[in-house]
Amino acid sequence: METKPDINIDRSIGDFHYDVDYEFDAGTGLTEKTIDYICDVKKDPDWIREFRKDALRKFNSMPMPTHWASPDLENIVFDNIRYYLSQGTQPKRSWDDVPEDVKRTFERLGIPEQERKFLAGVEAQFDSEAAYSNIKAAVGEQGVIFVGSTEGLQKHPEIFKKWFGKVIPTGDNKFSALNSAVFSGGSFIYIPPGVKVKHPLQAYFRINAENFGQFERTLIIADEGSEVMYMEGCTAPKFETSTLHSAVVELVALKGAKIQYITVQNWSSNVFNLVTKRGLAHEEAEIKWIDCNIGSRLTMKYPGVVMKGRKARGEVISIALAGDGQHQDTGAKMIHAADETTSNIVSKSISIGNGRATYRGLVQVGRHLKGCKNNTECDALLINTDSRTDTYPAITVRGKENACQHEASVSKISAEQIFYMQQRGIPEGAAMSLAVNGFVNDLVQQFPMEYSVELKRLIDLEMEGSVG
Amino acid sequence: MSLKIENLTANIGDRQILKGLNLEIPKGQVHAIMGKNGSGKSTLAKVMAGHPDYEVTGGSVTLDGLDLFSMGEPDERSRAGLFVAFQYPMEIPGVTIANFIRAALQARLPEGEELDAVEYYEELYKKMDALKIDRKFTSRAVNEGFSGGEKKRCEILQMAMLNPVYAVLDETDSGLDIDALKIVSDGVNAMRSPERGFLVITHYQRLLDYIVPDVVHVMVDGRIVMSGDKTLAHKLEAEGYDWVEKETLATA
Ligand SMILES: Nc1ncnc2c1ncn2[C@@H]1O[C@H](COP(=O)(O)OP(=O)(O)OP(=O)(O)O)[C@@H](O)[C@H]1O
Ligand SMILES: [Mg+2]
Repeated sequence: METKPDINIDRSIGDFHYDVDYEFDAGTGLTEKTIDYICDVKKDPDWIREFRKDALRKFNSMPMPTHWASPDLENIVFDNIRYYLSQGTQPKRSWDDVPEDVKRTFERLGIPEQERKFLAGVEAQFDSEAAYSNIKAAVGEQGVIFVGSTEGLQKHPEIFKKWFGKVIPTGDNKFSALNSAVFSGGSFIYIPPGVKVKHPLQAYFRINAENFGQFERTLIIADEGSEVMYMEGCTAPKFETSTLHSAVVELVALKGAKIQYITVQNWSSNVFNLVTKRGLAHEEAEIKWIDCNIGSRLTMKYPGVVMKGRKARGEVISIALAGDGQHQDTGAKMIHAADETTSNIVSKSISIGNGRATYRGLVQVGRHLKGCKNNTECDALLINTDSRTDTYPAITVRGKENACQHEASVSKISAEQIFYMQQRGIPEGAAMSLAVNGFVNDLVQQFPMEYSVELKRLIDLEMEGSVG
Repeated sequence: MSLKIENLTANIGDRQILKGLNLEIPKGQVHAIMGKNGSGKSTLAKVMAGHPDYEVTGGSVTLDGLDLFSMGEPDERSRAGLFVAFQYPMEIPGVTIANFIRAALQARLPEGEELDAVEYYEELYKKMDALKIDRKFTSRAVNEGFSGGEKKRCEILQMAMLNPVYAVLDETDSGLDIDALKIVSDGVNAMRSPERGFLVITHYQRLLDYIVPDVVHVMVDGRIVMSGDKTLAHKLEAEGYDWVEKETLATA
C-alpha cells in the first residue's frame, strides 16, 4: 500500500514519505540511556560507548553558539527529537534484499539507476542506518573499503581507531559533540596506496521519519598517492515539525593523495542542517570540497582543510541557495600549517525573497611559514530587494613570505530585470533560473556531468517554487 | 487585424500618466509616436508589456482581437506576439546573450520539445552578421557593460530572433551613431511585412527617413492628440510642439 505523497511534490523531488516499521527506536530525548540503547543495538565496543558518553557531557556543557550564529538555533527542541531509528544495523549488498518499504524510496530517488550508470559504489542510508551498501567487484578487488561507519568500526578497527575523531575533535563545536554522542551511519572509506578509483563513490542520506535527527559520521582515508571522489546527496520530506541533520565528516589524505568530496543537498525547508566537515592534507596531498547547499531552514557548514604537510592543497567550492525563509550560513576554513601550502575558496551564494546567505571564512597562515598562498572569492547574487547577504571573512596571515588575495562581489537581479526577461517570453521562474544558473555556471563546470545536470534541475525546481 | 488601444488610462502610484489613449495600428503598417519628454510614451510601451509598477485603471489593448490584459504575465504577452525594444534595456549579469535568446525561443516551444542548437546558432549568427554585431557578443552577459548603441542593437537582434507580430521600438535610435542608425533601420525594414505591425517611438525625424512610417502620432500628456502622415514629423522637427498644444487646446 502506498501512502499519498505529502504536499508540494513538484517543488522538490525529495518531498515524499512512506510509512515504515522500525525495529529499533531509541525514543525521544537524549540521555545516557539513549546512548546505551544505541550502543546495545549497534554492539559498539566499550571505547566507543565511553567516547559517546564523554561527547554527551561535552554537548550538554557547551552553550549554543548564538553569540555569533543565528538565534534560530534556540528553536531546536532536543527533547523532542528521536535520535535513533532503524530496521537493523546490517546493510544489504543487493537491492533485492532491501526491505520493500525502504527500497521504493531509493528507487523513486533514482539511486539504483545511477549506480548502474556511473558509480563505483553506493551507500544508501535511511534514517539512522545504511539500508544498502555495495561497491563494484573490480573496485573491491583493488582493496578499496567502502562500508557504513558501523561496519567500518567492527571490521576494520585498526584503521578506524587510528583516525576517528582525530581531524575533528569531539569538542570542536556543540554539534560535533552531539554527533559524537549519537552518531550512526555515514561511510567508512579506505583507499590503499596508489589506487585511483575511477568512478565516484556515492552516499545518499535520506531522512524519512518526523521529529528525527540524522547523525551520520563519515571517515575517508586516502592512503599515499591514491585518489577518490565521493559524493553525497541528501533529501527529506517536508514535515510540519523540524528535523535535525548533524553530520561529522573527516577526511585524511596521506602523502600525495587526492580526495574530492562533493555534496548536493536538497533539504526540505524545515531541516536544521548543522554539519562539521574537515580534511587533513599531508605532504603534497589535495583535498577539495565541492558543496552545494540547496534548501533547509538553517544550514551551518564551513568545510575546512588543515594543510599539514609541505605543498598540500586545500580547496572549497561552495554554492548556497537561500530561498524564502531559509538561511544558508556557510563558508570555509583553511589552516595552513606547513610551507608552500596553497588554498582556494570560491563561494557563491544566492538569496531569494527573504532568504539569507552568510559567508564566514577563516584563513590562517602561521608566522614561521613560507610560500603559502590563499585565494578567496565570494560572490553573492541577490534576487529581489528583501534578500540579504553578509560576509565575514577572517584572514590571518602572519609572516611576510605568504600571499593572500580576497575578492568579493554582490550582484542583484531586481524585479525590473525579471520583467525584462519576461518581456522576451521567459516565465518568471525560468528567468530566475537563468540568472542563477548563469551566476554559478563556472563552478558547475567543475562537477561531473551527471551532477551538474542534477544541480541545474534542482535550481530550476527551487526557482519555480519561489515564484509567488 | 490590428494592435488596438482604446481609451487606455494608467497610473504609477497615485499619478495618472496615460489619460485615455486611443491608437490603432493595422497589421502591416508602421506608426510613429512623437512627443515631449515625460508625455508618457515609454509608459505606454511598459503598460502594454505588463510592467509591474504600472496600474491599468481603464481601457483596453487588443492584439488581433485578443485582450492583452487578460493574458496576464508579461511573458505570456510576449509569447502572444508583443515585443518591446526598451529605451533603457536592462543588464542581466551572468546570462549570456546566446543563452538568453535561446531561453526565450525555448519558452515558445511546446512542453518536451527541445530547440535545435545547431539551427539556433546558424540563425543567431546570420542575424548578428546582418546587424553587424560581433559574434563575440554571444558569450557576453546581456547588456552588461554594453555601450548605449550596442544595447539598442542587441534589442533589435532579439526582435529579429523572436519574430513578434507587433513590435514597439522605444527610442531605438537614441544612442546610435550614423552608421548604426542605418544598419538598425535596415534590420527593421527587412522585418516589415503584411504580417507584422510596428510602433516606433522617437524624438527625431531623421529615423523616419530610414523607417518610413505610414502614420505619425503626437502624444501630449498621456493622449494622442494629433495624427498625420510622415510630413507631420517634418513639421514637428521644424517647429517643435508648441503649435500642437495650441491647436489641440483650440479644438478641445
Ligand atoms: N517609476 C516612476 N515613478 C514616478 N514617476 C514616473 C515613473 N515612471 C515614469 N514616471 C513619470 O511618468 C511620466 C511619463 O514618463 P515616460 O517615461 O512615459 O515619458 P516619455 O514620454 O517616455 O519621455 P522621454 O521622451 O523622456 O522618454 C514622467 O513624468 C515620469 O517622470
Ligand atoms: Mg521614454
